[in-house]
Order: sequence, then C-alpha cells, then structure tokens
Amino acid sequence: MSGYAGDVVALARKDLRLELRARDTLPAMLLFVLATLVVFHFALPQGSGDVAAYGLLWVAIVFTALLGLARAWVPESAAGALDGLVLATHDRSAIWLAKSLAALAFLGAAEIVALPAFALFFAPLDATAIAGVALASVGICVVGSLASAMAAAGRGREVILPLLVLPLSIPLVVGGVGAGISPEPEKYLLFLGLYDAVFAILSWATFEYVVTE
Amino acid sequence: MIRAEGIEKRFGRKLVLRGISFTLQRGGCLVVTGANGSGKTTLLRLLAGLAVPTRGSLAVAVDRSRVGFLGHEPLLYRELTALENLDLFGRLYRVPERRERAGMLLERFGLWEVRRERVATYSRGMTQRLALCRTLLHEPDLLVLDEPFTALDGDGTALLERELAAVAEERTLVVATHEPRHVDRLATGRLTLAGGVPA
Repeated sequence: MSGYAGDVVALARKDLRLELRARDTLPAMLLFVLATLVVFHFALPQGSGDVAAYGLLWVAIVFTALLGLARAWVPESAAGALDGLVLATHDRSAIWLAKSLAALAFLGAAEIVALPAFALFFAPLDATAIAGVALASVGICVVGSLASAMAAAGRGREVILPLLVLPLSIPLVVGGVGAGISPEPEKYLLFLGLYDAVFAILSWATFEYVVTE
Repeated sequence: MIRAEGIEKRFGRKLVLRGISFTLQRGGCLVVTGANGSGKTTLLRLLAGLAVPTRGSLAVAVDRSRVGFLGHEPLLYRELTALENLDLFGRLYRVPERRERAGMLLERFGLWEVRRERVATYSRGMTQRLALCRTLLHEPDLLVLDEPFTALDGDGTALLERELAAVAEERTLVVATHEPRHVDRLATGRLTLAGGVPA
C-alpha cells in the first residue's frame, strides 16, 4: 500500500504496536466501562425501564472514549514525535486520520466487552441500537482525536479535553439513544451518519492548523 | 534557497523574534548563535515549517518533506526500537529502500548493535545519534539543526563534523549552536540573536 492510505495504515499500526507494548490505554478502558456498567446495574432502581438504561450505556461509552482520547497523543508528546510526523507526512491530515482509526479500534474493543455486559445487566440490544453505537463511536473518535490534539498542544490537557469533547458529543448521545429506543431509528442513524461525515471533513481540513504554531 | 525579510514571531502577547532578515543561497551554511532564550529555536522551527511567522515574509525554496530537522527533542517514539522508528519515518518520507538506508545510517552512527532495543533504554548521546539518523534518513536538501552536538561524546562529535562537512557540499545547512567552532569552517553566513533581534 502506498501514498496517503499507506501513511495512514503505517501510523495506525504504530499506535496499535505502542499499545500492545505499553498496555496503558485499552486495559484501563475495559476496566472502566465494565466497572461503570456494574455500578449502574446496582444503582438503577428496579423497574426504571430501558430508556434510563440506554442513557447510562451512553454515559459509560462517552466517558470510556474520553479515557482513551486523553492518552491518545501521549506517545507523540513524550519526545517531540509529533513534530517528526508533521515534517515527514506529505499530508498532515493522515496523522489525524490514523489517530482516529486507532482510537476507534480501542473504543470498539471496549464496546465488544461493554455491549454484551449491557445486554446481561439491563436489556438486549437490537441491530439498530448496535448500528447507532458504531456510528456514534466513529463520530466521537473523529471529533475526539482532533480535540485531543488541540488539548495536547496546550497546558491542562485533562481539563480542556472534556470541555471540548463533551459538548460536541451531545448530538451523538441523542442520536445513539434515539437509534436504540425510537420506533423510527432510521432517522437517528441517518443523523449520526451525517454528523460523522460533516465532522470528519471539518477535522480533516483543520488538523493542519492545529499542529502548526 | 531561503529569503527572510522582517520576520516577527509572537506567542500570544510575547514577542520572541523581531526584525530577522537574511538570505541563504543553496549550498550555504548559516550558523545561528545567541544566548539561551534569544530566539534561535523559534527561528529554526520557522525555517523547518513547524511554525509560521506572525509578520514578515519567509520563502524557503524547498518542499517541506525535503527538510531534515533536528530539534531539542529527538522527535522519535521512545517505546519503539531504533529500527521501528527509522522504518516508520522512512515510510512517511517515501525513502526508497528505506531498510537498507536505515541500516547503513545505524551502522555509521554506531547503533547497529542496539537497533532492536527501545529508544527509552538509550543514553542521551545514543538518542541524539539516532535523532541524527532520522534527520539524515531521507537525504534532505535543507538541514536545520538545533544544537546538534548536544550530548555527543568525542567520537560522536567528530563523526557529526565529518557528516556535516560531507553533506555541506551539496546541501543547505542552518545550524544553531553554542559551540560554533564545530561548524566554523563550513559557515557562509552568521546570525547572532540577542533577545529575539539580530545582535
């Protein structure tokens, strides 16, 4: 594979290799999402219904994603590697796209554990609910990788990242919950797809300016 | 190759560079000196394309991907090995036969024996040598080096002096250093900064 796609694959593979070696992001995400669902299981009163349960699922997913995104650019910050990537890549947006794909892989792995746990503790998930989770996860990672790069560039990363990501995640939570409980989930899936497309284009176009002083 | 006219750079309200003008021809070597905090690193980051001037004009007649930049930090992944780092950057720079090129540089800079060890286990001097390998990996047309002799031992310093002498014949060099004696004989121009302005 060559060109832009080859750069993206090489950079995403590097992120997966670093995680396999360090194991400091994915285990934390898995533990967090499972622990959150267990706590919610005992905290939610009997007979609260599926709507409340879906809401709690999204709380768990969004905060698990934040946990991963907070560490997304740590390897690049450690020894100035981001400058090296900025200089070496022919199109700097490849760095953002690769980081989004790696973040999606980590979040997807956490969801593979979280969704069966949710079905076990609360309610079964149908295909549209799972599609909603998948589409919303794409959106969270697309926006989150850009926001995380912005936060990493300044001080107070832990404070700035949630301030940037949580407001932008509200439409995704609305769409994700809607896809799970609405009698017309297609509308919500379409909305999530549009959100992903619009924010992917915005992030792709603006990343260059995030990494240039 | 490089034409700078009235460059100014601010970070927020802080003015870190002002009134920087110079011309550097292809094949020339500009030696930048100045005390700590005088603006050398900022100037070099501007030349490498990692930052843009707030005012003034800066024309660098070389594609960004043909710039080799050595900064204060090694610009490497500490949890990857030397080979993995050079393979990744060689891939991104589109270096033909990158594995052979990486192997040749690692051998030349005395890192071949430790090529499969993580950079995090390297000493400061070894990391600097590997950073030089990364900088030279794609045979850049413009070399921008910020304190390249930092942390190098006697052998490393002599090796780098030879490397710079070899590449200076056909490439353009900008070197910021507190030890200009290492590059004195290559210099075709000098710029001394004090408080962000030419001294």
